[in-house]
Amino acid sequence: MRTVRLRYLPVALAALALVLPVTSLTDAQSKGTIKIATQSPLSGGQAALGEGIKLGTQLAIEKLKGPIEKLGFKVELVPFDDQAKPDVGVANAANVIADKDILVVVGHLNSGVAIPASEKYKEAQLAMISPANTNPTVTDRNYLNVSRVCGRDDVQGVVGAEFAKTTLKAKTAYVIHDKTTYGQGVAEFFKADAEKKGIKILGFEGTEEKSNFDPIITPMKAKNPDLIYFGGIYDQAAPFFKQAREKGVKATFMGPDGMDSSDLTKIAGKAVQGMYYTSVAGPVSVYPAAKEFAKQYKDKFKKDPEPFAAQAYDATAIGLKAIEAAIKASGGKVPSREQVSVAVRKTKHTGITGTIEFDEKGDPKKALYFVLQVASDDPGKWGDNKEVKRLSIAAPPLKKS
Amino acid sequence: MDFPLLIGIFPQVLLDGLILGFMYALIALGYTMVYGVLEFINFAHSEIFVVGAFVGVEILLTLQAAGLLEIFSPFLVLLVVLLLGMLASGLLAVTVERVAYRPLRGAPRLIPLISAIGVSFFLQDAVRLVESIWRNAFNLVYPTMDTLNIRYSFTETLDVSVKSLVVIVASLLMLWGLHALVNRTKIGKAIRAVAEDQATASLMGINVNRMISLTFLIGGAMGGAAGVLFGVQYSLINPYTGFIPGLKAFTAAVLGGIGNIPGAMLGGLVLGLLEAFAASYLSLLTGGAFGAEYKDIFAFSILILILIFRPKGLLGEVVRERA
Amino acid sequence: MITSLLSRPVPATILVIALLGITAYAVSHFPRSIVAFMLFQASILLLYFASMPAWLKGLLTAGALGVLMPVVGSINGYYLEIAIQVGIFVALALGLNIVVGLAGLLDLGYVAFFAVGAYTWAIFGSPQANQIFGGSAFPVPPAWFFVFLLLGVGVAASAGILLGLPVLRLHGDYLAIVTLGFGEVIRVLANNLDKPINFTNGPKGITPISRPPIFFDPALRALGIDPNPNVVYPLYLYFLVLLIVGVTILVNRRVEDSHVGRAWEAIREDQTAAQAMGVPLVRMKLMAFACGASFAGAVGVLFSAKQVFINPESFTFMESIGVLAMVILGGMGSIPGAILGATVVTVLNLQVLKGLSLWLNELRNAGVTIFGWSLANLPTQLEPAKYERMVFGLILVLMMIFRPQGILPAQRRHRELRDAAARPEN
Repeated sequence: MRTVRLRYLPVALAALALVLPVTSLTDAQSKGTIKIATQSPLSGGQAALGEGIKLGTQLAIEKLKGPIEKLGFKVELVPFDDQAKPDVGVANAANVIADKDILVVVGHLNSGVAIPASEKYKEAQLAMISPANTNPTVTDRNYLNVSRVCGRDDVQGVVGAEFAKTTLKAKTAYVIHDKTTYGQGVAEFFKADAEKKGIKILGFEGTEEKSNFDPIITPMKAKNPDLIYFGGIYDQAAPFFKQAREKGVKATFMGPDGMDSSDLTKIAGKAVQGMYYTSVAGPVSVYPAAKEFAKQYKDKFKKDPEPFAAQAYDATAIGLKAIEAAIKASGGKVPSREQVSVAVRKTKHTGITGTIEFDEKGDPKKALYFVLQVASDDPGKWGDNKEVKRLSIAAPPLKKS
Repeated sequence: MDFPLLIGIFPQVLLDGLILGFMYALIALGYTMVYGVLEFINFAHSEIFVVGAFVGVEILLTLQAAGLLEIFSPFLVLLVVLLLGMLASGLLAVTVERVAYRPLRGAPRLIPLISAIGVSFFLQDAVRLVESIWRNAFNLVYPTMDTLNIRYSFTETLDVSVKSLVVIVASLLMLWGLHALVNRTKIGKAIRAVAEDQATASLMGINVNRMISLTFLIGGAMGGAAGVLFGVQYSLINPYTGFIPGLKAFTAAVLGGIGNIPGAMLGGLVLGLLEAFAASYLSLLTGGAFGAEYKDIFAFSILILILIFRPKGLLGEVVRERA
Repeated sequence: MITSLLSRPVPATILVIALLGITAYAVSHFPRSIVAFMLFQASILLLYFASMPAWLKGLLTAGALGVLMPVVGSINGYYLEIAIQVGIFVALALGLNIVVGLAGLLDLGYVAFFAVGAYTWAIFGSPQANQIFGGSAFPVPPAWFFVFLLLGVGVAASAGILLGLPVLRLHGDYLAIVTLGFGEVIRVLANNLDKPINFTNGPKGITPISRPPIFFDPALRALGIDPNPNVVYPLYLYFLVLLIVGVTILVNRRVEDSHVGRAWEAIREDQTAAQAMGVPLVRMKLMAFACGASFAGAVGVLFSAKQVFINPESFTFMESIGVLAMVILGGMGSIPGAILGATVVTVLNLQVLKGLSLWLNELRNAGVTIFGWSLANLPTQLEPAKYERMVFGLILVLMMIFRPQGILPAQRRHRELRDAAARPEN
């Protein structure tokens, strides 16, 4: 009985043998190559955002690898798909560490994946620069190798509340979030700070729902708030805003940087015209660098950048700068991972999301936040969104426990 | 507690729940019909639903690009889109059955289940692949048709949009049509015979394979119709959209008594209403301690309760054990 | 040729030892070559098929898993990580195999018990418990990990009974949907119980979770080895997983041939007949649930310690489906099948498909051309990394069509299918 099964074995072994030479060939050839890895979901429901991170990094490497190539190294991108799953992310992280050529990781999209994976990176002191993980825990663990270019939930929420109070003069607000680390985090900090500032919170709801928001909108409409704050990402927020307007909700809409995508207007159209969102990425019309990025991205990938693509671009730029500095410091040789991690912290970079400098635990020292207003219901005019306010808030210092 | 508010929103929540319920009912039919004849859970049905939605959005976007969307009556357009979506989903369901399920007849019942899960994974990414190449995007939006968005306000808190009415009317028509087809026609009788006993049905001169294909065609078409209506009502779709509604519809089918067509309709409505009321009222009634996010827990708890007292679902007859 | 070699003890032993040695050497020589590692895995598999005295087989297996694998793993930590995850999923698949494979109760929410175990240790092994009880007594000392390993078993088993009690009257697919609902309920609860009282910290998850203490630290120092935690912990966790898998296999094998195991199979084959023969349905079904759940609870505890951080994202419905696919792919009701199924799916998902994507990426970077068409021009939409699930789906369908009994079917199930195939119409 058992012998029959083994018929297939030689075939399988032969197939494997065919692949073997090529792999060993590439093994031998990797001298003088420096790799930058991305980890983000490339498949599954969050693939669009994860792909944005990968493409942002890809673009950055292509545009900015010059200085390192001059030093005699090849620069390559190694994209990993973490499937938004913690166990897959950790396994990939182990694979990343095992590839000694990888000196910087740009990722992840989900804090829930980034935190366990960065425990792995820490074993090798491999620098992880996060474009999107806003959960305070990511940097509050005070790891030398973990930094982020995006703001923190506790900062962005406060920026939103500040704007709602002083500029919009909102008296009442209704807060919705997407039940993810990111969305709920921002929403909670918005709520806490808004209450402190005297805005009455009429409701605070979380939902994993992606399409049908009717049951949430009905009581919300009945309570008639001045402002609705949605802590989440555009792909969930846009249908929500659209359905809310269609049902006759008149409140002002607001959200965090997860809204920063032309797809928001593509999906929601008129409903989001005039809504506000906070972002570290400056409006394209004011910052030539941001405009240039948006144009290059569109030329290369035939679509508009996703929310965290610009941050991924800057994270990669910082990584490349740090690698360059580390190569020079070690006398033209491949630097150690720890040297790169140290260099990342010392890097000061002016990119498309402003000037980034890290504090002792890896947060941007001063996050410059813009409050932007959606200018038009035409997704093609996303670049015309106007800056209505600018706030600069430092990340809270490390809590000594 | 704000009683005027609680009572004031009641009709609106009822309406929201009904629309959702009809949607679930249409999808649940696909699960229940396949279960009726083959006794396995067709996990790929949620993708068949999504393909219907994608065919719909493609036609509408093409019409829009050609500038034809404004010219024709929106109802006519919708009817055509609905029919084509149904056709595409129905044919896909038949193909899936032919390729991935028919070779597995007679295997233990978990085997086709895993095959169906495989088909489901495959179709999700296949839709994504096609749309990525075709449109370089896979989050697609149903174009807005102004006529469908007109709203009629009845009271302060209740208003009804044309598209909600379209969804309800279309669902009712299709449910009635299916009911008539299954119960009043010869084909329906043959399908029921196959569901009852395949061997005997085949002895009676019924082509069992053809009837099974037909079942998939009808169930798939219902799913495709639900996909189009889903897109019209909630606008945004992506290749992974089908998963949650599919899961809920499957729950609805079980709630009503799986394999039972009126049961699927009833189960869909009950589940839709439960969800809508839980999501709207939980937060108001508990002062924010429990919110809309508990709606699924609420729905599943009720499901378990109902099944404890009626182990075969609401309308499920006490069927013999399968030999 | 290989088959005839394997069926004779002496050449088989020589062949297997030679293969193990060569492949292990290949891995140490090409530490980045996934193919070398896969050949190493394949030779461990070959060991299972080779006919040789049981003691020799046991010895070789222990040598391969207990010595060679850790050595290979310390050369490339990625392989050790894969081995640990394979171990975790093997234990899960074996647990589910009891419920689905032996007792025939379709459970679509199995990951719930895994979550229960994981949260049991996560809450008390981190400062999270202070949020519930106040004060700052927590986390409990790391050594309590071993107590919680048992506690996790108990809590998960209770959860299994809790789920089993109300649904005992349900059959087949009604049971499936209720277990599915239960799985979702546990996940949604974990995602939402950060208010009114903060039990689970919601989507933000719990961190840092303590790891078990390195109690053999003094011994290592006495041997003159500097215990670098980055090296020691993965190895330590690997051996812990190995231990749990070992216990699981042992229990599975003992149970399978006991009267309980036979009662389960009787229920699976025909519930009414089983009842008529005096099998206590209620007790046996509850035992199946509890027994299956307890393994998941134990690995859950280990999983949370390994990850240091957990949040509800690890416990979705897709994970339940994944474990179910492992059981059925391997061969329902078969212990070697469940082990192999879990290994194949995990390796496929974490290693082969990923390796393929990376390999293609390397070819692109190296500027390889096919028929004069440069791979670098491949549009981003077509990148293989995005279609891993599609390939997995295809494999599932093909497997079910061409080998429905699974890779290593249980002997009884095998016969059954052959009989079914012999019959013309069902």
